[in-house]
Amino acid sequence: MAASERIGRWLAALASLIGGVFGAAFATVAARAATLPENRAEAMVHVYDGGGVTASGPAVLVRKSLADKVSLTGSYYLDAVSNASIDVVTTASPYNERRNEFGLAVDYAVRDSLLTLAVGASSEPDYDTRSVSLDIAQETFGGMTSVSLGFTRATDEVGKTGDPGFHDQATHWQYRVGVTQILTPKWLASVNLEAMSDSGYLGNVYRVARVFGAAVPEQVPRTRSSRAVKFRAVGDLGQRDAMHAEYRYFWDNWDIKAHTVEAGYSRYLGQSLLADGFIRYYTQSAALFYSDNAQTETTYVSRNRQLSDFDNVVVGGKLSYDWKKQPGQYDLKAHAAVELLNVKYHNFTDIRDGSLYSLRAAVLQLYLTATY
Amino acid sequence: MNTPVAASPLPLEGAPPADRRSRIRGGRLVIAWLVATMLSACAAPEPWVKPYERERLADPIMRLNRDALSAKHSEHVRDISEAARGATGVQGGGCGCK
Amino acid sequence: MHHTMFLRPWFRALLPCVLVASVGTATAAVQTSAAAPDFTLRSVGGANLRLGEQRGQVVLVNFWATWCGPCRQEMPHLNRLYDKYRSSGFVLLGVNIDDDPRAAADLAAKLGLRFPVLLDTDKQVSRVYDMSAMPATLLIDRDGRVRHIHRGYRDGVERTYEEQVRGLLKE
Repeated sequence: MAASERIGRWLAALASLIGGVFGAAFATVAARAATLPENRAEAMVHVYDGGGVTASGPAVLVRKSLADKVSLTGSYYLDAVSNASIDVVTTASPYNERRNEFGLAVDYAVRDSLLTLAVGASSEPDYDTRSVSLDIAQETFGGMTSVSLGFTRATDEVGKTGDPGFHDQATHWQYRVGVTQILTPKWLASVNLEAMSDSGYLGNVYRVARVFGAAVPEQVPRTRSSRAVKFRAVGDLGQRDAMHAEYRYFWDNWDIKAHTVEAGYSRYLGQSLLADGFIRYYTQSAALFYSDNAQTETTYVSRNRQLSDFDNVVVGGKLSYDWKKQPGQYDLKAHAAVELLNVKYHNFTDIRDGSLYSLRAAVLQLYLTATY
Repeated sequence: MNTPVAASPLPLEGAPPADRRSRIRGGRLVIAWLVATMLSACAAPEPWVKPYERERLADPIMRLNRDALSAKHSEHVRDISEAARGATGVQGGGCGCK
Repeated sequence: MHHTMFLRPWFRALLPCVLVASVGTATAAVQTSAAAPDFTLRSVGGANLRLGEQRGQVVLVNFWATWCGPCRQEMPHLNRLYDKYRSSGFVLLGVNIDDDPRAAADLAAKLGLRFPVLLDTDKQVSRVYDMSAMPATLLIDRDGRVRHIHRGYRDGVERTYEEQVRGLLKE
């Protein structure tokens, strides 16, 4: 059975489940209603620096509800990238480019359900993406259980700088389902599942693979089918603090298996400060056709370090300050967040000296949020 | 020669004997009763955390994605460094406020 | 395969349970046309207030919390309703269920609430009334009977409150 057929059957089963849940929701006697997300405005400056790549830029988001029925969200994100990464410096010369991303979403609350329709567009000089998603969040069981279903379809137009004749496409489908359950007055648990299907050009036009020491253009399969499942628990610890822990398992038909474990702690300090900290451990096994230096001729070969065997340890912290508050009117907060990444590759080498490559990166986010 | 087979109160050849049939009937009744009890038990659980007990759960520190842009950016950094994607989830089960 | 789990018999058998559970329970300890359970609570001002003593007047009891967004949205409308009809024999009681009574007093002061704010810190009254949503509003007539129950707040429901209050005042 083709991947898309299988996913179609999966979706049909999910649709009948939503239908059942909706039907039951409409049969509810109590006049309940899901709440729209609160009005919000965010402005952020983000910086990524590591492994020879720096990317920074502003981002803004504005959300406003209209007539208490519909909420509109608009967002803009800019990435100014200066790329001198290990891949770029060893095969080409560093370059700069900009990526613009726009997003528009509509939230609609009907009875116990919140429907969200979102569209997004991202463009770089040689890569354009358009996406559309639909998410449904349904409160059931007296608000104790929240079931969510989502679908995203994205299309990419792939180009190549310096080669106007090159053009290809990629299409992506994502199906998600999640359940969040209130366990006690202090603990929540959730499970999320996602199935992703990609087809088309899934490689990188500039990247080269190595076969018998020689550089060859990479050959990546034109389909990919992935699954991920995540378990998460959040709990209030009683001292104006909370902790969360999560585990995600990812597997796909390129033979990549990845585990993610994260634990975090948040605490209110005084009357105006909120501090968060987390540690995240990520490990993945290489794709079937990945090779740092292939010693056999295979149909597919790639030296993309994103598909190699590696570990990533991230430590992060965030501080939020309640700047101005007018209850019932608005609430302005200032935030600073830092993440430190430490990636160690097990089968990707720095071809300049043959040693196993590792990179350290830092992420900084400075932003203001206002609810009004 | 064909012997007409008349409807008979006696058990047909191959059918289980009378006492075993009544036991099967009894067993099926028990199973039906158990299933009915389980289904009604299934319908019975009341939400055990009442809306007025959800104060701690409504606190922003219990939320998965408190700040949309920050979460989106962190997720983007992970997407371009790692092969694994998805199941990041959207959290529900809030304050029970309507 | 993983996805076909959804088509397995055991999953389909569980579906009715999920659906039945999702209908939710609309059973409340308080029903319309029944007498409203009496209670005495301390108000933010310090004085005790008893529901039973309001007999002869039309009472609106609103259960709210500082952490509940829709509750805060509803407050200005309740304030206006109170101002408009208080001289006609209408009483509005705001029953707050925060763990911290100071947070309730602070927010009540900041929002300029003119009606009595009662503190149900140990949730006793909430348990008796067992409202299945937040906020919850009950309209009680002059004989102490619950006449209307509203669960949740949607934009515009304050107009329904006003109509129902006028109806009860006319009786």
